[in-house]
Amino acid sequence: MLELKGLRVSVDGNEILKGIDLVINTGEVHAIMGPNGSGKSTLAYVLAGRSGYEVTGGRMIFQGDDLSELTPEQRAANGIFLAFQYPVEIPGVANATFLKEAMNAIRRQRGEDELDTMEFMKLLRLKTGNLGMSSEMLKRAVNVGFSGGEKKRNEILQMAILKPRLSILDETDSGLDIDALKIVSDGVNKLRSPDTSAVIITHYQRLLNHIVPDHVHVLAKGVIQKTGGKELAQELEKKGYAQYTEEAA
Amino acid sequence: MGSQTQTINEVKDIIDDKYKYGFVTDVETEKAPKGLNTDIVRFISAKKNEPEWLLDWRLKAFKRWLEMPEPKWARVNFPPIDYQDAFYYSAPKTMKDRPKSLDEVDPELLETYEKLGIPLKEQEVLAGVAVDAVFDSVSVATTFKKKLEEAGVIFGPISEALERCPDLVKKYLGTVVPMGDNKHACLNSAVFTDGSFVYIPPNVRCPMELSTYFRINERNTGQFERTLIIADQGSYVSYLEGCTAPMRDENQLHAAVVELVALDDAEIKYSTVQNWYPGDEKGRGGIYNFVTKRGACRGRNSKISWTQVETGSAITWKYPSCILQGDNSQGEFYSIAITNNLQQADTGTKMIHLGKNTTSRIISKGISAGQSNQTYRGLVRISAKAEKTRNFTQCDSLLIGERCGAHTIPYIESKSMSSLTEHEATTSRISEDQLFYLRQRGIPEEEAIALIVNGFCREVLQQLPMEFAVEAQKLVGISLEGSVG
Repeated sequence: MLELKGLRVSVDGNEILKGIDLVINTGEVHAIMGPNGSGKSTLAYVLAGRSGYEVTGGRMIFQGDDLSELTPEQRAANGIFLAFQYPVEIPGVANATFLKEAMNAIRRQRGEDELDTMEFMKLLRLKTGNLGMSSEMLKRAVNVGFSGGEKKRNEILQMAILKPRLSILDETDSGLDIDALKIVSDGVNKLRSPDTSAVIITHYQRLLNHIVPDHVHVLAKGVIQKTGGKELAQELEKKGYAQYTEEAA
Repeated sequence: MGSQTQTINEVKDIIDDKYKYGFVTDVETEKAPKGLNTDIVRFISAKKNEPEWLLDWRLKAFKRWLEMPEPKWARVNFPPIDYQDAFYYSAPKTMKDRPKSLDEVDPELLETYEKLGIPLKEQEVLAGVAVDAVFDSVSVATTFKKKLEEAGVIFGPISEALERCPDLVKKYLGTVVPMGDNKHACLNSAVFTDGSFVYIPPNVRCPMELSTYFRINERNTGQFERTLIIADQGSYVSYLEGCTAPMRDENQLHAAVVELVALDDAEIKYSTVQNWYPGDEKGRGGIYNFVTKRGACRGRNSKISWTQVETGSAITWKYPSCILQGDNSQGEFYSIAITNNLQQADTGTKMIHLGKNTTSRIISKGISAGQSNQTYRGLVRISAKAEKTRNFTQCDSLLIGERCGAHTIPYIESKSMSSLTEHEATTSRISEDQLFYLRQRGIPEEEAIALIVNGFCREVLQQLPMEFAVEAQKLVGISLEGSVG
């Protein structure tokens, strides 16, 4: 589904990612772990197409397309979804309106018929209920006045509505208490299927107790230092990242 | 289809023709000779078969106009206007004998309004909205007259009102905006052509929304309409106004006057969607929109509410205001002003508190894009006798791009110790974070901006009657087309 070959990325002229090789097959969940400043969020942003994240070398191939040639909205239409570490507030725009615009914008780009308000609201209520969220959240302006947990749940709701092929969760566990963490991971697990893949970016192992990955990668100093199974996450939890940051120096 | 989607489709439709109302209707017109002098004033008055007192009033205004200086305090720039290089009266020839009914109106004119999205044939009109259509200097049609007459409501061109109820016109004309108020209003008093007249009798709730649609068609022609709305005791009316003009390289002057009078317990809600031709992206052409709008809350417990969506015109100079004379009266001003390319807007309101316990509320949302500049200019004046009055003002500016400007100039003058005024102002930009977030969810950039701006304006859009709110939402998207990239 996604193949990164020698990917190098600079931000403001500083090279952050220094040659990433990674293959994610359909149906797999990969965890990318690493210390602060290792380039985890940079990887998420460059995949989603944020401006200012310049690809200086290597390639990103997603379902046969070179991602560098696509705008962020085209990548979204192709099925890439980024759950933000810090979801953004859009004052005055109701959550339901935003979700409907997003869904129909994607459908339009794919050449599919748009959903009318009735059809959309039906779908929205169903998904909201499945995630154990209140419909009151749909009327409020996007992320405005939301608690940290609500913002993250809102990201998962968007994911459930937009049904991406590849979900990238950027530190979705940060700022969540244990109950919210469970709700969010249950949501992600429900969306797991043989047709979709996910990249879980996290600093801590605890999220991986709830969302069990197929592969775990350690990202430090802009390169993948080690790859293993889920047991690698537990090892990191015990030993920390020190060995990777020092060895690479 | 969502309104947002409609916006986008429309933005796409107009890529080659950005201002879709820019067409010209080919009709034979009868015009006054070019230029401005007492003969022209007499010509207009004679065309309208006006009574002697009105001609005298016009001539007096003309004399004062000659001596008055141009208002210079607004933050707008334009070369001096050559008042002699314009026509002050233009009417389709087919309107010479005023049509008795819609069936007699020139099909060419009906088609023009249809193209503008304002069908005048009653069976096709949105139920619940009566329209007075003004084309250059004359009213070409008024719909639903019969239904309104049954309710005792008078609605139609002011020239007709002068025949039907001259006393009412004489009693109120020029009492809210005196002829010498400012140079533009003074010019209007001298040469005003058509505009709407509304009278709502005591204790009548107007059975439908009233609406006037103004269209400038002729080249080199100014439009000087005059609107007068009187809501008698305990009555209510909601009035909407829309405006468009063809795309032309020269600047055209639109100097209107609107006067509102609310008596005891009466309420007037006045909404405008102004979409005059704004000029092209290099700043060529466009309408100079120099308008004086003022409402007088003469009666106790009366209320006047202005809502405006200003997206068009090369220059907008406009301050819909309220004079709160009656005790417990209320004034409201809700405004969205959008400027793009080289447009200039200096707009705001005046709330003059004279009565006790009067309240006013000002919500202004300014959006600047391109190289445009806009200013919110507001005055809240509380007289010594206006005890226990309250004002709340909120001015928010949103900047799109690096080359535009927004300025907020609020004046507050309070002579009453028991009064309370509050002022809040913010200036913000559409952030890179917001745009990226929306685009990551599949929403293309221009659509994302329209969504953010619609959210920013929401409080004001909610004030508009529903039929207009949808149109206004679309306009927001269209006006900002090409503002990024």
